[in-house]
Amino acid sequence: MSKELIRLRNLCMAYDDELVLDHLNLYINDQEFLTLLGPSGCGKTTTLRIIGGFATPTSGDVLFDGVRMNDVPPHRRQINTVFQKYALFPHLNVFENIAFGLRMQRRPDPQDPRRKLKLPETEIRARVEEMLEVISLKGFENRRPDALSGGQQQRVAIARALVNRPKVLLLDEPLGALDLKLRKDMQIELKRIQQQVGITFIYVTHDQEEALSMSDTIVVMDKGTIQQIGTPEDIYNEPKNAFVADFIGESNIIDGIMVQDHLVQMYGRQFPCLDSGFAPGEPVDVVIRPEDIDIVPVEQGQLTGTVTSVTFKGLQYDIIVDFRGFKWLIQTTDHSPVDARIGIKLDPDSIHIMKKSQYSGMFGDYSSFSEEYEELDEVGEESGDEE
Amino acid sequence: MKNKLSLLSIPYVIWMALFVVVPILIMVAYAFSTQDSGATLENFSQMGTYASVFLRSFRLALVATLICLLIGYPVSYWIAREGAAFQRAAMALIMLPMWMNFLLRTYSWMSILENNGLLNQFFRSIGLIGLYNQIAVQFAADPAQYVPITGFQMTGTSGAVVLGMVYNYLPFMILPIYSVIVKLDGSLIEAARDLGADSASVFRKVILPLSLPGVLSGVTMVFVPSVSTFAISRLLGGGTQMMLGDLIEQQFLGGAYNPHLGAAISMVMMVIVVVCMVVMNHFGEGEEQAVLL
Repeated sequence: MSKELIRLRNLCMAYDDELVLDHLNLYINDQEFLTLLGPSGCGKTTTLRIIGGFATPTSGDVLFDGVRMNDVPPHRRQINTVFQKYALFPHLNVFENIAFGLRMQRRPDPQDPRRKLKLPETEIRARVEEMLEVISLKGFENRRPDALSGGQQQRVAIARALVNRPKVLLLDEPLGALDLKLRKDMQIELKRIQQQVGITFIYVTHDQEEALSMSDTIVVMDKGTIQQIGTPEDIYNEPKNAFVADFIGESNIIDGIMVQDHLVQMYGRQFPCLDSGFAPGEPVDVVIRPEDIDIVPVEQGQLTGTVTSVTFKGLQYDIIVDFRGFKWLIQTTDHSPVDARIGIKLDPDSIHIMKKSQYSGMFGDYSSFSEEYEELDEVGEESGDEE
Repeated sequence: MKNKLSLLSIPYVIWMALFVVVPILIMVAYAFSTQDSGATLENFSQMGTYASVFLRSFRLALVATLICLLIGYPVSYWIAREGAAFQRAAMALIMLPMWMNFLLRTYSWMSILENNGLLNQFFRSIGLIGLYNQIAVQFAADPAQYVPITGFQMTGTSGAVVLGMVYNYLPFMILPIYSVIVKLDGSLIEAARDLGADSASVFRKVILPLSLPGVLSGVTMVFVPSVSTFAISRLLGGGTQMMLGDLIEQQFLGGAYNPHLGAAISMVMMVIVVVCMVVMNHFGEGEEQAVLL
């Protein structure tokens, strides 16, 4: 599980003097499900294309099993790709689409090693049928891609890549074109397939929920640099800066001052927390997840605020609470009416302290809550045409 | 709404009926009758006489189409892969000759190819004609009788006719192929490379089959006018390369005035062309391009 397979060293990529990747360093382990997560234009697709061999980095190295791969063309890499819009061959049926890679393969003739032989038809047939089994599309061999649903095309694209038994499968926003329900099913399906075939998946997405539910490791990227690498739990619970905290899940990010280890001051009040290692008096960003906030009667509250809006979400209410001009998002199962005064209590483990960064002050305020939700919807819709 | 819109198509339907359907019916009526009698197959029984003209027409048109394809495909492919500015410029250059009158273009080829034309003048100036005469006189049966040539005979040959057809109809091959290749999804090519195909395989397994609809319509758009052309063969073929178009023209306007026979020849030609197109269309497995039109 922990054997290193791919290493990206000081990778830079510039298009017309614009730096898309800025000295990227990353290693990827064998059999790992790694997700490159970030907003449009963060460089995640470029990174994937460099690994796949479709783009040559301006500088830096791509190592595969310790061997430099920069100039190896895609058809000589043990890597296959599932493309954003599947890119199934419209003139070939499902069987021939999946068999495409196998028909391209040549192996040395055992009698005469100088000669190269095609794979025998029986082997091709057996391996394609095996893949059809994996993606549960047996009986669809003779269909043309345009006679398949989006989810079926998606699975054919995965089978077409996996049938070559690559060491690494690259997936470029593969679920972007599917509807929500299908996307959830395919997430489970993809994770199952990855565990079944036991190879490395490198997955590109801007959907944090997708990343959290499938990955072993998440790489959060923005502006061509890596913001944080970690397990889904690490990334969610211990975001490194305001960008990561905001991008993964919902976060209230408040200015604070570290008084001493395990004690932070905000709103002129001191709160015990679990973080340490900051200089006394250092300004910090304080992250509080909306689901970690307990609502209490005003007189028991560490802070008191006024409810400004309430949205019913099924499982919980999303309420926006104004604490002296800074608006927080709180997720609660208890209903509080608009204009009610409420108190909140913060447990030490619900407070997470981050160092100040270039992103401080940009995120974590819910003053424009409804607009933010609309933005999220838009991102979901335009997923298809990124980069 | 839909009904109101469909009212707009009525003038066109009338137009089509008057100027497409009715003329075809008139042609059929003419073909099955003669000056003296109605309903006869006499015109068709003469068809055997013109077998050589039929054969020549189809042969030359086929050769011209093939040459157009061999030139047109690589050119289209090359243009489609270049930048947008280059594509626009290249397309304009390809279309440019089509804006000039067809006869003018063919006449200019005459003045290039004829015995005292530009090409032969050029050959003379570099001494090619003289060299030819020197060699030919050695091989002549009776060197004393040898008449030196003043230029190569180029007009009046089937080669000149094919050249004229290729020159005139090449854009009709390039345009449909180009428009199919330029719309080809780049990710399909990347997918093929990703799956282990080298450049040759990418072309053979992906680009070529996907550009087939363009090839089919290009072939149709070159072959059909080529097979029925008349001015090119008369001007560049110098009367020695009579084709179906010339034959038909003679029946209507020329000395051999017989519109009934002309209609019959037209009909036979039309049937052969339609059969060719249907067979080819079947070949392309009913790709969306309407090859018949």
